[in-house]
Amino acid sequence: MLGEGIIQGLVETARNFFGSYVEKDRLTTVQYPEQRLTLPEASRNFPFLLYDGTDPEAGLRCVACQICEKECPPRCIHIEKSKDKKPDFVGKQQAYPAVFDIDVAVCMSCQICVEVCPFDAIRMDKVYELSTSDRFGGLLWTKEQLSKPNEYYQKIHPLEAAETDERREKELAEAQAKAAAAAAKAAQAANPAPGDASGNGASAAAKPTTAVHE
Amino acid sequence: MISAGAVDQVFVTLKDWIVFHTPAPLQTLVSIVIEVATIIVVFAALFALTTVFERKGLGRMQNRYGPNRVGPFGVFQPIADAVKSLTKEDVVPRAADHVVHYLAPLVLVGVVFLTYAVLPVGRNMTAVNLDAGVLYFFAVGAATELAVFMAGWSSHNKYSLLGAMRAIAQMISYEIPLILSSVPVIMMAGTLSMVGIVEQQARTSGGLAHWNVFTPWGLAGFILFMIAATAETNRSPFDLPEGESEIIAGYFIEYSGFKFALFFLAEYLEMFAVSGLGITLFLGGWSAPFSFLGWIPSWIWFFGKLLTLIFGFIWVRGTVPRLRMDQLMNFAWKFMLPMTLIVIFSAGLWRFLSAAVVGPMPLGGVIRWLVCALVILAPYITLARGLERGRRIEKRVYRYAE
Repeated sequence: MLGEGIIQGLVETARNFFGSYVEKDRLTTVQYPEQRLTLPEASRNFPFLLYDGTDPEAGLRCVACQICEKECPPRCIHIEKSKDKKPDFVGKQQAYPAVFDIDVAVCMSCQICVEVCPFDAIRMDKVYELSTSDRFGGLLWTKEQLSKPNEYYQKIHPLEAAETDERREKELAEAQAKAAAAAAKAAQAANPAPGDASGNGASAAAKPTTAVHE
Repeated sequence: MISAGAVDQVFVTLKDWIVFHTPAPLQTLVSIVIEVATIIVVFAALFALTTVFERKGLGRMQNRYGPNRVGPFGVFQPIADAVKSLTKEDVVPRAADHVVHYLAPLVLVGVVFLTYAVLPVGRNMTAVNLDAGVLYFFAVGAATELAVFMAGWSSHNKYSLLGAMRAIAQMISYEIPLILSSVPVIMMAGTLSMVGIVEQQARTSGGLAHWNVFTPWGLAGFILFMIAATAETNRSPFDLPEGESEIIAGYFIEYSGFKFALFFLAEYLEMFAVSGLGITLFLGGWSAPFSFLGWIPSWIWFFGKLLTLIFGFIWVRGTVPRLRMDQLMNFAWKFMLPMTLIVIFSAGLWRFLSAAVVGPMPLGGVIRWLVCALVILAPYITLARGLERGRRIEKRVYRYAE
């Protein structure tokens, strides 16, 4: 019958209209600034730099190898290598970035920088609400703005962070074992008394910075 | 104690008081200015109110909140919209015909406001009681087509021209059912005066008012009138002239800022005006449906009915998708036009099936009602079947493709 479908449609919209006042679960809109959805684990937008400990300068994992700068498809990363060196987490002397800038206006959130980084130094962030009145400077993030502690990474990406931390702990343990072995060997070569090896090894493990890379 | 009559006539009394206290040579002018200013202010305010209610209503029909940021529950949204449209840049295309482009929105709004002159919004509340009120309304209302085509042509844009051509085709096609569906009312009332038509419907017998919508031809006529009115005001589902998904904004695509707002205003004012005409012709104008509700002021009745019809428009907009051009034309000429003619016939039958033919009142009235309803319903069913046969979906046979 002509008009039947229209009546059915009108009934449906009327049901929506009155239902939305009665049943609250009909309204799926999130009232954004007041209400926020928790982002899923895998969500990502812009990269940030990780540091260990509390000091962003000393603990920064980045060694300024510039792989990410070369791999970045839109070339939004700019790195200047330092002249001097500082020890990394296993105690090896490494360069660090004197300048590390990311132009987030250019970044396309591809995560390639994260995938190529051999030092677990760069990871994807979940921050949004990044609008700024300064179109150029406001979206060019410096090293200071990019550096965030490992605790922050553990908070935003718990699964990924656990995996990374486990691997880094293993690496650290291996490095320490190696250092201990080297120290023991050195001690044995210098002073072939059998009793001292364990004591030397323990002291070497306690301060690994001195043991590696002579 | 203020009597119900005094409340009913409060605005009329107020105007008379102001006019009485002005110098005699200025009285006519002051009277006109008051009437015009009141119409402009009241209906522009209603426009502002309707925009926010429409957006909220449509939102609820789609299980959304609608605007809820400006002020409590978003009621100040129209103010924000007004500020926005006033501060926007007024862009005029270089190739446009500047004079016509400038005039089109003004002509449209002006013409639409003219239709309010004959609209009885309450007892003794009509700006001009013309003897040919209905005729005047249709004549002035038809001038909106001119403004629409001015806008579409002067913009020098293919989309606006397409929109304007669609608008003209649609408005002229639906003008015919719109006028024909109001013919039975004029036939029965024997007058073209809007005030006269309302006063005839305001009479009551047995507690029930003589609204035209209570008769079978009135009910069918009202439905046909509202469908034609929807098309005439370019409201969804007949919003082809401004179909966003096809021709962006149709005839007002090249308008921005306040001129765009004027088009918007005109569109809504047209909707109110044509709803007001529908109320006047079929829903008893400012009169109460039952005599025991007569104490409610007449202007409350009119605006209550108007808001109800506006809600109907919003409801339909939230439900029905846009028609295709051929569907639009088929509907106008193959369905609306024959049905309005049948309604006119039914009204004539109603007039001649008096008590002498069908018997005494209670039973005779029922028989008369049923006979006249059948005269409309039977052709409706036949017509509907005929229209549906053409578009029945059958199993597709491929003759050339394997």
